[in-house]
Amino acid sequence: MATVTYDHAERLYPGAERPAVDDFNLEIADGEFLVLVGPSGCGKSTSLRMLAGLEEVTSGSIRIGDRDVTNLPPKERDIAMVFQNYALYPHMTVGDNMAFSLKMAKVPKEQRMERVKEAAKLLDLEQYLERKPKALSGGQRQRVAMGRAIVRQPQVFCMDEPLSNLDAKLRVSTRTQIAALQQRLGVTTVYVTHDQVEAMTMGDRVAVLKDGVLQQADTPLNLYDKPANLFVAGFIGSPAMNLLAAHNVDGHAKIGDVEVPVDRSAASKAKGDITVGVRPEAWRIVGEGEGIPIKVNVVEELGADGFVYGSSGAEGTPDQVTIRIDGRRTHHKGDTIYVTTDPSNVHVFDTETGVRLS
Amino acid sequence: MTTSVRFRVLRVMLLAAFAVFFFGPLLAMLDFSTRGAGGGRSWDAWANLVQDPELRSAIVTSLLLAVFTVVLSLVLLVPTMIWVRLRVPWAGRLLESLCLLPLTIPALVIVVGITNVYQWVTYLLGDSALNLTFVYVVLVLPYAYRSLDSALSSIDAATLSEAARSLGAGWFTVIGRIIVPNIWTGVLSAAFISVALVLGEFTVASLLNYNNMQVVINLLGKSDANTSVAASLAALVFAFVLLMLLSFVGRSRRDAEGA
Repeated sequence: MATVTYDHAERLYPGAERPAVDDFNLEIADGEFLVLVGPSGCGKSTSLRMLAGLEEVTSGSIRIGDRDVTNLPPKERDIAMVFQNYALYPHMTVGDNMAFSLKMAKVPKEQRMERVKEAAKLLDLEQYLERKPKALSGGQRQRVAMGRAIVRQPQVFCMDEPLSNLDAKLRVSTRTQIAALQQRLGVTTVYVTHDQVEAMTMGDRVAVLKDGVLQQADTPLNLYDKPANLFVAGFIGSPAMNLLAAHNVDGHAKIGDVEVPVDRSAASKAKGDITVGVRPEAWRIVGEGEGIPIKVNVVEELGADGFVYGSSGAEGTPDQVTIRIDGRRTHHKGDTIYVTTDPSNVHVFDTETGVRLS
Repeated sequence: MTTSVRFRVLRVMLLAAFAVFFFGPLLAMLDFSTRGAGGGRSWDAWANLVQDPELRSAIVTSLLLAVFTVVLSLVLLVPTMIWVRLRVPWAGRLLESLCLLPLTIPALVIVVGITNVYQWVTYLLGDSALNLTFVYVVLVLPYAYRSLDSALSSIDAATLSEAARSLGAGWFTVIGRIIVPNIWTGVLSAAFISVALVLGEFTVASLLNYNNMQVVINLLGKSDANTSVAASLAALVFAFVLLMLLSFVGRSRRDAEGA
């Protein structure tokens, strides 16, 4: 049973003006799969390494269960880390690599063999136990790195972009395998990735970081439906949400000459201008002259659905507006279409602070 | 003649010229050292290598010096270099320039500087040629440093050690079981090159008045030229063999990486 608690944890590098991780507070439940996601340099890996004991915590504390591990060396934290480049020991066989942590814990040899075999079976690595890592493919090496962590039976798995070195196809299949494995083992897992699709598909909860500051931690759907600020709104979702700058006129959002219906109570909270966020699928195509005119630049037809990328001359709209369309309804490059949306589907943000208002 | 044939002829000629240049003196040494007093062949000079008490003890001294130098320099350098790389990377440059310093200082200058220190060494440890170990460790530092540094650069020492530490290993285990086995070829080449250097060292030993093999060979050259040449040839061949081994070790490492 192990929860993980970040309590005002901070990492300030010597000589840096701003902490790499700033006042980080997060409770991770026992058995939870938590994904840390954000653009590069946002402090997600640093947060994970602080938990693993590979990075100093300059203030605040980190607890695993009830144990304060802030100042413990990594070997006493009972965690297992999986690295992006796997960090397998090149001079050891796969079996020895996987047994390493048990050897460190002075587990008797028979038991060691048994646990390695068990993990190898789970990961389909049985026939490779005698090989050296360099004789394995990328996917197999990734599984060995997972196996090495599993064999330890730790309280927490720390995974630092473990899929980044795999090709796209393998990444998708391994993604589901890891999520299923984690569910089966029930071990609390903190998983770092820069890929928001990976975060959304794997995590029980996803924590979004930017510039060392936690933006929002919630379930994937809540992040999608109720992003807490402009950054999360733009980061989560693919294709990204359309963010349109608007003037706040008596509870209406005015984009150029067009009024977009928004939640009045939300708009009234804003002091200055607002930014309106609309997901590509929240647009409705309407008749000529009724909504915002969009000139179609590119059409992506994916079969089940499609995306129109277009531009609007209206002031405040981004260079490119993305609209999801029915896959069988064809629009052509150069056409002008008119779109609108419903107030319930519109996210309203304060332009200045970026905070969600609706 | 086609180009490839011409090229091959040129290659053979170059090889032959090189072989003559390389093996000529060695064969001459072999010939000279086996020349009997009244004509004919005699292996007396070679037998002297083990029979002559002075030469024998000098050879033993040099071999012991080689072993001690290798052990001491590795014990000093390997943990220091790993520690600096993992924990205090900013000190890497300092360590490098310190280790490379002996290359830039002539042996003569080192001796002049070190004589006073050696009076204390002799006073504390007694008068033995094995005391040369300390100054030899300094002399081999640049070469040992280079071999170890390139081996360390070829592995991702930081991540390997992090992986080990997060799986329950302490620092001793990290260095002994994870890093050293992966830089083993570098350690071996550092050892080989140190041995070759120590076996060929004359200046420092002679100036500090210690009898190592090279000094005794030089002395013998004045009284018994045949034995002196035999000893020189033996030392040369030994050093060649070591350097050949070194290049094989290097090659097998590259092969392993290429796979």
